Amino acid sequence: MRFWLPAGVLALWALLAVFGPWLPLTPDQIHLQHILAAPGEGMVLGADDLGRGVWDRLAVGARTSFLVAFWVVILSAGIGALIGTVAGYLGGWWDLITVRVVDIFLAFPGILLAIALAGILGPGIDNVIIALAVVGWVGYARLARAQVLSLKHRDHVQAAIALGAGRARIVLRHLLPLSAAPLIVEATFGIAGTVIAEAGLSFLGLGVQPPEASWGSMIRDGTRYMLVAPHLVLAPGIALMLVVLSVNLLGDRLRDRLDVRTDRSHT
Amino acid sequence: MPGFLLSRLFSAFVVVLGVSTLVFALIHLVPGDPVEVMLGESAQPADREALRVALGLDLPIHVQYGHYLNGLLHLDLGTSLHSKRPVVDMLAERIPATVELALASLAIALLIALPLGIIAAVKRDTPWDIGATGFALLGVSIPNFWMGPILILVFALGLGWFPVSGRDAPGSLVLPALTLGTAMAAILSRMIRSTLLEVLGEDFIRTARAKGLRPLQVIVGHGLRNALLPVITLLGLQLGTLLGGAVITETVFSWPGVGMLTIDAIQSRDYPIVQASVLLISLTYVVVNTVTDIVYAWVDPRVRLGDGA
Repeated sequence: MRFWLPAGVLALWALLAVFGPWLPLTPDQIHLQHILAAPGEGMVLGADDLGRGVWDRLAVGARTSFLVAFWVVILSAGIGALIGTVAGYLGGWWDLITVRVVDIFLAFPGILLAIALAGILGPGIDNVIIALAVVGWVGYARLARAQVLSLKHRDHVQAAIALGAGRARIVLRHLLPLSAAPLIVEATFGIAGTVIAEAGLSFLGLGVQPPEASWGSMIRDGTRYMLVAPHLVLAPGIALMLVVLSVNLLGDRLRDRLDVRTDRSHT
Repeated sequence: MPGFLLSRLFSAFVVVLGVSTLVFALIHLVPGDPVEVMLGESAQPADREALRVALGLDLPIHVQYGHYLNGLLHLDLGTSLHSKRPVVDMLAERIPATVELALASLAIALLIALPLGIIAAVKRDTPWDIGATGFALLGVSIPNFWMGPILILVFALGLGWFPVSGRDAPGSLVLPALTLGTAMAAILSRMIRSTLLEVLGEDFIRTARAKGLRPLQVIVGHGLRNALLPVITLLGLQLGTLLGGAVITETVFSWPGVGMLTIDAIQSRDYPIVQASVLLISLTYVVVNTVTDIVYAWVDPRVRLGDGA
């Protein structure tokens, strides 16, 4: 139950995202007779202020948030882990510079730098991904560096060096695999953070542009009709909460399973 | 202590310089010509040139950077493109509202998180603990921009207890502060629980119990007192979440603080304001964390004598 329920929610999210284009969804079709219709009145989850089906837009929004979360976590975890591992392994100037740059990025509170970047790069899903990845890589870099610092004096690494293995081989074969567990846990929580951040940027009008759908922009548009059609705010919000809650629940389990101690104080 | 103080201040200086440089670079990330983006494609060439000169964008980049840093030292952050007023003045007007919101949210967060975290730690693995942990998980999973509208729907539109938005009407602080405060309480209560659990496992707690102190005395006098120090550091780090979250929350409630100014400026492409407010919020965060670190090291010798920062 504590595994299958959140896993089911995430599976549904992923399925909607991947197979969305082949589903009979009409997120942009306007049904004038259903404007602001409540759930059940002719349409599954009702319709918005333009008479577009809330369910259809919710499903398309799932694709937006999934795509952004997927790319942001892949990019930031990949780049961050590589930079952090190399810095930790090489040490010296490389390490010093990396630590300073990470400190500088961490000095921007929360989502602020992403808001500024997305605002300046202009709207669109690509820029949202870029903005969030630019902000996101530092956490992984810090974590990977700390891992490598504690790993690089282990016997198997020393043995590999003695056997004449190259730097790239040591990093890729002997260091990265061993530091994978905490990075995977971090990336799992990163999915939750990215889903909220994407919706937040779209809520501010900095994400995908109309008529494309995002849960964040659905919430923003819905707030204008909250008194007559509260489902316009409730539906995307509940979808968002379910996905984030499920990711967090599975992340907690994964952390216990992999026995990783994480410091989540910074996110 | 002097060594620790110096090295901590030096890192803070490097971070401040780096943050300022990144903020300077922001305007050069505008795709294409920033002047064209700001004025639109139909602008007259003369107007473009005037704006380019006004922003200093016609100068070589190292000269621009020099002017920018020199301006920072003299608290000159440029002028707004739309209102033509000094950005520093516009920010100063908005600071009281944001500070008010941040302090109120912090108070709410502590009022919720302290009892919740203590109960969860003391009554570990009971329904109390599960309830508190559930609240924390829910709080982390509900974003401000959804919590805000729901509170408006229930307490402003539905029950009519508080105003929907703005800062003028009495009680207008309550809903935005609740939005930010509950989100922070969720994170804080988790931290208080785990820190307190660690302390409660120490030998001196067993001694205190063994010498017959009442449970409340043990928990508050011995447990909480020792758990609070790390919590204060974490509070400093959480300030970032608070200030970042305030940007969105202020927009939800039309709360006239620095955050709303930032979002309005992004929407009207008033880049000097965007740069200045990002700089202000980030520097506040750096200063608060540096001060927390130094105070912490001053209070707890293990920090400055141990493995350092």
